Formats: sequence, C-alpha cells, structure tokens
Amino acid sequence: MFVAAGLTILVTMALALIRALLGPTVYDRILAVNMFGTKTVLLIAVFGFLTGRPDFLDIALAYTLINFIAIIAVLKFFEYGDLSRAGRSRAKRVRR
Amino acid sequence: MTESVIDIVSWMCLVAGGLFGIVGGIGVLRLPDFFTRLHGAGLTDTLCAALILLGLMLQAGLTLTTVKLILILVFLFFTSPTATHALAKAALHGKLKPVLAAKESKRSNI
Amino acid sequence: MVHAISLALVSFALWLLLSGHYVPLLIGLGALSALLVVTIALRMDVVDREGHPIHLSPKALLYWPWLGWEIVKANLDVARRILDPRLPISPIVIRLKATQKSDLGRVIYANSITLTPGTVSIDIDGEHIEVHALTREAAQALRTGDMDRRVTRFEGDE
Repeated sequence: MFVAAGLTILVTMALALIRALLGPTVYDRILAVNMFGTKTVLLIAVFGFLTGRPDFLDIALAYTLINFIAIIAVLKFFEYGDLSRAGRSRAKRVRR
Repeated sequence: MTESVIDIVSWMCLVAGGLFGIVGGIGVLRLPDFFTRLHGAGLTDTLCAALILLGLMLQAGLTLTTVKLILILVFLFFTSPTATHALAKAALHGKLKPVLAAKESKRSNI
Repeated sequence: MVHAISLALVSFALWLLLSGHYVPLLIGLGALSALLVVTIALRMDVVDREGHPIHLSPKALLYWPWLGWEIVKANLDVARRILDPRLPISPIVIRLKATQKSDLGRVIYANSITLTPGTVSIDIDGEHIEVHALTREAAQALRTGDMDRRVTRFEGDE
C-alpha cells in the first residue's frame, strides 16, 4: 500500500514539474517548485516506511525546514536582487 | 481484529491523501492564472499532506516515529501558508495582476 | 523569564524526542544545546510574548480543531470545483478588516485564511488584509467575519 501512496505522490510531482516547465511567469515556476518540495517531504516519509527504515523521517523533517527557507530565499532574491537587505515592506512598517 | 481495522483506515487515508495530491496537481495545471493556481497548490499542502502523514502515523502506532510525523505535520502547517503568502505578495509587487471574474471586477470594500 | 525557561524546556524536550538515545553524554549535549539556543534567542531579543507565545497554548486546543474542520470542508469544495469540467470558479479580490489587537493575532488570522484552500491573503497593510478568493462563496464566507471573531477570541486579552 505504501507503493500506491508513493506512486500517487510521484504523479503529483510530475504534474508540478509540467507546470514548472510551462511557466509562464517566474512565480508559477516557484509555486511548482514549492509544491514539488512538499511532495518530496511526503515521498521521503513514505519511502522510509516502504523500506522499513523510519530513520528517513529525520531527513524529511530537515527537508521541510530547508524547503521553506529555500523558497523564501529565492523569492527575496527575485524581489530585491540580493539577499542581504531587510526589504522594502519592513521599512514601510516601521513608520507606524 | 483491531489491527486489521487500523490497517484499513490507514490504507484509506494514504489513498485519499494521494488522490487529493493528484487533484491539486490537476488544479495547478488547469486553473487559468497564477493567483488561482495558488489555491490548487494549497490543496496539496494541507489535506493531502495531513492524510498521508495520518496514514503513516496509524501504521507506526505509539512510538517516537509518530512524534516525528506529528512534528513534520506541524512544521508543514506553519511554513506552507507563510511561503504561499510570500509568493503571492512577491507576485503582487512584481506587477502581476490577478485575473478576476467578469462582472463585479472592481475591488469591493467591506 | 517565564518565556526563557519555557523555551529551554521545549528545546530540550524536542531534543529528547528526536534523538531517541538516552545515554548521559547525549542528554548532556542536549541540555547544552538547549541553553545555547536560549542564550542566542535572548541576545536576538526574540524571547517575548510574540516570539514564544505560550499564553496561547491552552486556547490552541480549541481553535485548531475548528480550523482543521474548516480546512477539510474547503478542501472538498475546491477539489470538486477543480474536477468539474466546467471549472465553476469566480476569482475575486476583497479587503477585510482584521479586528485583532496585536501583530501576532493578525498573523494568525492571515495564516488561517491562507491555510484554508480557496482563500489566500495576498497583502497586509496595517489593519486591512487583502484576500484573493477562488470563488465568490468563499469570499462571502470570510466577509461574515466568523473566522475573524474566532481568531480575536483565540488571541485573547493583551
């Protein structure tokens, strides 16, 4: 049954990849990559059960957090052009 | 007896979660513009992930493995809306206009 | 101070749950790591009601199940619409007023909106949240303010 769950996750990943290839904007591609990352977490977890080695869950746990940080970093890079600045929206909030 | 019942429930959770994932994937392909596609991706981020992890939890029983699965679920549910919001906000500031329904396309205030 | 102690305990509990090895050396290392985390967090000045909201934990047990049920209902609705060959969607952008008093409450509200499929908060400006909804019905459900009231109650008194 883990095989069935893994296969459905793989199909979802393929659909996300098609969207990443089609675009048309850069945000569509980032959205697809984000979705792909979430599915990767689930796939690692299911794969751990499939092979009877639940240690894989630690990797899934770490991947959840890395995926989030990666998406935020990529977005920041596209919005501001570099990663070191605090960003416009933050400066705007200070004036309140 | 109870074990086979738990097995069946967990099997149903895994399959339902997988199906929700595929529906979300179809949505991401089918919906017309970026902002509506966000909703399709939201489908795979919430119920799909929750059902699959729940199915795995039922398989693992009361062990440390279940604790780790719960932690994965909690992290996913805290990070995914933040990432989605950041994505939507970046797209909005990147001058991407949402395609709205034909009538009443004016922004309505409450 | 309460927040610092609670943060140390939570970090240490997390270490114990994730490691699964209970020998003196590893437990000692875990205690050291927990203390290090608290030190860094204190230096970053993030150990307060906003950074570590323990005062919300009891009420979360009431709010999360309600939110979970809302998410399930919204998921079924969106899935039905995606699979419908006619694709019956009517995207709309609305502005909502958030009645929460603190930034933390508004973040909880905006994240709850995003977590429910069919509605995504796309911009926050002071007290107003801009929401993109997949259907007019979903936007209407948000306009009734049910979720807003529940989050305000969840956030509680400052």
